[in-house]
Amino acid sequence: MKILVCISKSPDTTSKIAFSEGNTKFDENGVQYIVNPYDEWYALVRALEIKEAQGGNVTIITVGNVADEAIIRKALAIGADDAVRINAEPTDAYFTAIQIADYAKKNAFDLVLTGKETINYNGSQVGGMIAEVLEVPFASLATKLDVNGSILTLEQDIVGGVQVVEVSIPAVVSCAKGMAEQRIPNMRGIMAARTKPMQIVEPIACDLFTTYSSYILPEAKKACKMIDPNNMDELVQLLHTEAKVI
Amino acid sequence: MKTLVYINSDNGISKSSLEVITYAKKLGGEVVVVSGGNSSDLAKLGEYGASKVIVDRAVVNGDEQQITKLIAFAAETENAEIIVFSHELTAKAVAPRLSVKLKAGLISGAIALPDLSSGFSCKVNVFSGKAFGVVTVNTAKKIISLLPNSVQPEITGSACSVEEISSNAGTSAIKIITTKKPEGNIPLPEAELVVSAGRGLKGPENWGIVEDLATALGAATACSRPVADIGWRPHHEHVGQTGVAIRPNLYIAAGISGAIQHLAGVNGSKVIVVINTDAEAPFFKAADYGILGDAFEVLPRFTEAVKKFNAAK
Ligand SMILES: Cc1cc2nc3c(=O)[nH]c(=O)nc-3n(C[C@H](O)[C@H](O)[C@H](O)COP(=O)(O)OP(=O)(O)OC[C@H]3O[C@@H](n4cnc5c(N)ncnc54)[C@H](O)[C@@H]3O)c2cc1C
Repeated sequence: MKILVCISKSPDTTSKIAFSEGNTKFDENGVQYIVNPYDEWYALVRALEIKEAQGGNVTIITVGNVADEAIIRKALAIGADDAVRINAEPTDAYFTAIQIADYAKKNAFDLVLTGKETINYNGSQVGGMIAEVLEVPFASLATKLDVNGSILTLEQDIVGGVQVVEVSIPAVVSCAKGMAEQRIPNMRGIMAARTKPMQIVEPIACDLFTTYSSYILPEAKKACKMIDPNNMDELVQLLHTEAKVI
Repeated sequence: MKTLVYINSDNGISKSSLEVITYAKKLGGEVVVVSGGNSSDLAKLGEYGASKVIVDRAVVNGDEQQITKLIAFAAETENAEIIVFSHELTAKAVAPRLSVKLKAGLISGAIALPDLSSGFSCKVNVFSGKAFGVVTVNTAKKIISLLPNSVQPEITGSACSVEEISSNAGTSAIKIITTKKPEGNIPLPEAELVVSAGRGLKGPENWGIVEDLATALGAATACSRPVADIGWRPHHEHVGQTGVAIRPNLYIAAGISGAIQHLAGVNGSKVIVVINTDAEAPFFKAADYGILGDAFEVLPRFTEAVKKFNAAK
């Protein structure tokens, strides 16, 4: 099975979030980038498990600049076979999806995997957009993925319940928690990653559907009101009369 | 200006469906609701602002390819400029497809009405709740996927007509094998009140006191990541940066330290109550009300106080 895994960078989860240039740009000062956890822990690891069980090839793709080669090497160290970097800033989900879909179309993949969303923009957009361009089915937020010949069996969390679906390849699947377990790359993987092939592809022309015009940080919380642990009646009264939430 | 709202009406009309209709009504123009499935409750959506509902009974609400075609068909025949979804599973599958199909910019995770003063911009959650972004859409048609609990449903009108249509949406390549329906519990993303607990609860056998408080309040239950990872609680209860991001009116956290990744998913909550034995727990800095105490003693007392309050109401 020929699998394409889409990876994105995201700031390390402990990063302090700040903005510059009049709150129009994410302030990258001191920010360490990681592979977006959903892409790494679930999409990439599940792709590797499928390959280990039945053979095939796992290619990773990212839309990003030279600096993003660090996260590409990390994904290769975990076990992907080769990598593609589309040489452009991924400023808009549609632009990003068009670039990946174009590469996927030219290289005929059986399965395209993405993470559920990135932890910086939380859009949950790219996978569905790729599927529409490729005119193939899209299963969003899958928590389980099994392959049987050309049939995929997937589980999805629906509001308050679970749904099991079947779909034939080629297909696009976005991957959520439950699908696989995080893998830590070993020394051999890290060494091997240095020499694995990485192709750099120039972007195709494409409109931007959306732009981030500015950012706002949440207001700082007022000091916390401490309540006597023996007086829960007081807390309930405050939640009713002061906070007005019950 | 006309706004189209898609709702999934399979398990009755959810609160988040009423929220998106109210939101669409507040946009100012005419609101048309579109759905698939067999629901017979659709006329009442007029009360929330719909001028009519169009339904294609042949379309399965879980089938993303069919729904995409149905909405594209309705957008065309109704000449709608804006399409609104609730930011849930169906929207996450359908809205991106529709964005490509209609060449319409997609705003996902919107939390407010758009600002039309210069172009079409909307406030969204970014960095998993650590900040907000303002997204500007550059296309003529727009799609908005609204986070649950961003507006309250409002009754503004009366029942409307329901029109049955055939959109020739075909069948999709996705075959639904089984669907396990919700078992009466309040789904977490929609819940207004949430009781959550972490490793401080020491083991899954102790969750009774968490559930008792949730039941007394009519709240949903949630948990921290390690609790879901070690299997004390199901994965769908895991909130935070790598779990579900929620914005309830009230979030009660017992025995959770308040790590930055946990806070990211919950700091959009209107009011936060923290119960912790450690005065230095970082969660107190994000809390509105704090109780320095043992969850095993405080939770049952809290439950009793809520029951007393409910009885007096
Ligand atoms: C990449 C990454 C992503 C992550 N994503 C998430 C995420 O999405 N969500 C998430 O929750 N975490 C996430 N984490 C983990 C996070 O960093 C914390 O480790 C986790 O939130 C801690 O869970 P906890 O508060 O339940 O446990 P602990 O940190 O062990 O805290 C337990 C708390 O309970 C208190 N306590 C103990 N006994 C009692 C008692 N009897 N009564 C009252 N209080 C008591 C303690 O004082 C302590 O504050 C992530 C971590 C990483 C590295």
